[in-house]
Amino acid sequence: MYDRTIAELSSALSRRECSSVELTQATLAAIEQASGLNAFITITAEQALAEAEAADARRADGEAGPLTGVPIAHKDIFCTEGVRTSCGSRMLDTFVPPYDAFVVEQLRAAGAVMVGKTNMDEFAMGSSNETSWYGPARNPWDPTTVPGGSSGGSAAAVAARLVPAATGTDTGGSIRQPAALTGISGLKPTYGRISRYGMIAFASSLDQAGPMATTAEDLALMLGAMAGFDERDSTCVDQSVPNYHGLLAEHGLKGLRIGLPREYFNTEGVDPEVASAIETAVAAMEAAGAQLKEISLPNTELAVPVYYVIAPAEASSNLSRFDGVRYGHRCSDPVDLEDLYKRSRGEGFGEEVKRRIMVGTYALSAGYYDAYYLKAQQVRRMIRDDFARAFDEVDVIAGPTAPTTAFGLGAKADDPVQMYLSDIFTIAVNLAGLPALSIPAGFGGGKPIGLQLIGNYFDEARLLGAAHGYQQITDWHMQRPSLEG
Amino acid sequence: MSIDAAEVAKIAHLARLAVTEADGETHARNLSSILAFVERLSEVDTSGVEPLAHPLEMTQRLRRDVVSEVDQRERFQALAPATADGHYLVPRVIE
Amino acid sequence: MEWEAVIGLELHAQLATQTKIFSGASTAYGADANTQACAVDLGMPGVLPVLNARAVDFAIRLGLALDAEVAGRSVFARKNYFYPDLPKGYQISQYEIPVVGTGHLDIDLEDGSSKRIGVTRAHLEEDAGKSMHEGFGAMSGIDLNRAGTPLLEIVSEPDLRSAKEAVAYMKKMHSLVRYLGICDGNMQEGSFRCDANVSVRPVGREAFGTRTEIKNLNSFRFVERAINYEIERQIEVLEDGGSITQETRLYDPDRGETRPMRGKEEANDYRYFPDPDLLPLEITAEMIESVRSELPELPDAKRERFVSDYGLSNYDAGVLTSSRELADYFEQVALACADAKLAANWVMGELAGALNKTGTELADSPIDADRLAGLLKRILDETISGKIAKEVFEAMWQGEGDADTVIEAKGLKQVTDASAIEAMVDEVIAANPQQLEQYRAGKTKLMGFFVGQVMKASAGKANPAQVNEILKRRLDG
Repeated sequence: MYDRTIAELSSALSRRECSSVELTQATLAAIEQASGLNAFITITAEQALAEAEAADARRADGEAGPLTGVPIAHKDIFCTEGVRTSCGSRMLDTFVPPYDAFVVEQLRAAGAVMVGKTNMDEFAMGSSNETSWYGPARNPWDPTTVPGGSSGGSAAAVAARLVPAATGTDTGGSIRQPAALTGISGLKPTYGRISRYGMIAFASSLDQAGPMATTAEDLALMLGAMAGFDERDSTCVDQSVPNYHGLLAEHGLKGLRIGLPREYFNTEGVDPEVASAIETAVAAMEAAGAQLKEISLPNTELAVPVYYVIAPAEASSNLSRFDGVRYGHRCSDPVDLEDLYKRSRGEGFGEEVKRRIMVGTYALSAGYYDAYYLKAQQVRRMIRDDFARAFDEVDVIAGPTAPTTAFGLGAKADDPVQMYLSDIFTIAVNLAGLPALSIPAGFGGGKPIGLQLIGNYFDEARLLGAAHGYQQITDWHMQRPSLEG
Repeated sequence: MSIDAAEVAKIAHLARLAVTEADGETHARNLSSILAFVERLSEVDTSGVEPLAHPLEMTQRLRRDVVSEVDQRERFQALAPATADGHYLVPRVIE
Repeated sequence: MEWEAVIGLELHAQLATQTKIFSGASTAYGADANTQACAVDLGMPGVLPVLNARAVDFAIRLGLALDAEVAGRSVFARKNYFYPDLPKGYQISQYEIPVVGTGHLDIDLEDGSSKRIGVTRAHLEEDAGKSMHEGFGAMSGIDLNRAGTPLLEIVSEPDLRSAKEAVAYMKKMHSLVRYLGICDGNMQEGSFRCDANVSVRPVGREAFGTRTEIKNLNSFRFVERAINYEIERQIEVLEDGGSITQETRLYDPDRGETRPMRGKEEANDYRYFPDPDLLPLEITAEMIESVRSELPELPDAKRERFVSDYGLSNYDAGVLTSSRELADYFEQVALACADAKLAANWVMGELAGALNKTGTELADSPIDADRLAGLLKRILDETISGKIAKEVFEAMWQGEGDADTVIEAKGLKQVTDASAIEAMVDEVIAANPQQLEQYRAGKTKLMGFFVGQVMKASAGKANPAQVNEILKRRLDG
């Protein structure tokens, strides 16, 4: 009973077919049984049951919303008061924040029950979940493959139907790419749509929280609860939150103008199975009344190099606060201040994090700033302008989320650049700050393929409507992996 | 653009990261390949293009000058590896 | 060889806001360690900065007072370096585009002329915490209460040519920020600090010499001494054929010398870049006009007005406008007693002397402006003489009440009754027949002797003009 969508669970709860406590117990048992996926870093059973009880009481008082009593999981990048928040790093292995992230507050206020914190690439730096200090999460479709990253634990948990929804963050594709690789739906909202307060920063001008679930409908329910203005984040936008769920029916596929960037379709490195699945998906949308139009995003291939200057530059500075003084890992017996810093950070951070800190430090250092950082910011504007021109002609842009299906654990671990290229279709969206989602659109070799839809600024309702429309005429999102004991 | 072990040591020091000599070689190789990869940006003509620091070109919101925070020293210092008498402790700083 | 010093100052004014520049924690001075350091000030994971509106308002005030351009759009940048008193590993400051652009400040030189000193820029930034090196064994203790306190860093052009000029500039700026109400100017508490860039060059040479930076000078006296020491040191090194190393130095007040700073000093590469957690600061024309309309009268304007309205000398007006409190005090006395020159003399004379002697701040003066005016009125209406007034002032300073109370209690009211004075005069003349004879024989200088005797007989209370007149009549008669 626990493996249904939020919409279904919500109606089951309201019809008193089950209580939130029962649902939470079943969820905790399922998580326990699927521990081989390593989807969770921390399970908060006791707290979850207490929250479930409160949710049941709230429902009895007639004050329930659609998420009241529904179990969810938070990516371990969101600070949770009183619950260890590791960010997938040894650095924060014992860090218990005295405050909640905005997203956590919002979902708690909506009555959702947090059952645990999900696995992730260390400090969200990775596309495979392999950089986690707690070991990689595994893809429920094939445990020898990665679930993608960095929100790999959330993706694995939702794909395995352990929870109906989970939170994620997306800096260069960290919600959409794992959603694609695990056959679920994931949305990165417009930059600034959801406050970043309490979300541990990777690259501040790119980071954005968002929901991961099995259906576009559930994404709409989650986004409705997560979005909102928060004065504690200067980059958060003060704009009212539409009723995304209520608007789903209004934005269908009929008449929708879909742009197909030629750079996304005629590219080397895209699996033929992926390419063909996406073409099929697009054709289905056309058949449902959408208009297709070929467009061009000429600077597409520059997005990854731009990203790998800007994101590490911001990260190198954002991660300076982890110095072993006020919280976090501290080396034993430092002989002097420099030793304290270097060993605490050297021991606390994993290889990929150190690599990116060094790339960023280099890109910002004297003599290189103009050639790398400033240049990247200029090209960033060119990439954003490409999208602006495209949205003069179309409503959404469609293409593959990731160039391949899930790859094997360790397959790209030794080659950072190859790993970075797995985000080639998702990264430009973060650079431009646009909303985008990934939804299941087929299989290749038994592994899920994701379709990415990119929208204009604050046009989440239209994106969700289009995805919902597609899910009305297909059943890829209903496919689920068979879990072996 | 190629980075050697000496340059890695310099960057690692700026970033306060302990890097062993063996790691230094690996980092030098990886950093070189990443930099070679981003090097293609140098071929792009960006003359007259304003750098873009934020996707939404908004301006800074201002906060009223009113005290909103209370003393939480105990809760914060419970997280700290070493404190004494309300202070965070570090090896003696020489000025 | 003749040498010339070239000096530029970086002044750090802590802004008198209630809260930090990027958080809602209090900035009150003197709290227990780390009790005013919130999650943002501590650089906890995931928390974010939001800019304090009043800090921006204060920056605009300074910009207008320095006749500088207030930037319509300025950018916060991160200055990256590791230090225990810097929790985030970077200081949020402004780098390429500061909030206040080029301006100037005029200072008075000793010869009475004035000199215009260029201000390169002023930018908003956050202060760091404090490291305590005593009392923690082999460790240092870090207090982050000060971390995030708003600062305006005011950078001068290298227009200053001596330690005296540097101090005059610093004093003028100190007075200005207090006039503007943007900084309490308390130097003991570190609210107003100075870094000095010093170099020397042979007189007549255009190019600057290599400079050193002297950090954290927190009194006018230290600034003067440190700069003078550094000028002498550099000249000595150069005359011995050596060269100056560009470095940061610390002033040791106990030894009266500067020495190179250890620890922090290394080839720093601050990796400035725009802070992605903050957006560009936009200051509109309306914001500027609203601040301008509430700007107080500034020292130079006030000084000119004191000269033209009250007929004060330029020097006196300069002294009286050196602080807003003193200027306000003077003006209140002058208006209440309606004799500005008398008010100026008393404020700069008796009052300043008493404050100075007892080390009292004007705000704590036992004689407020109304009471001083009350005293001066009694001089003007001839109730007491100027000499007696000093006695009354002394009693008022000791807390014996206002002028009328003291005059009444001590019976100091001037004697103006002609018959009473005549009686005293007659008595004095009768008691000094010899002097009377000499006077009448032509030794008229003895007039002073007789006046003195009468004043003595009256215990100083007889009206001196009347005494003179009656004496003259009697002696000549």
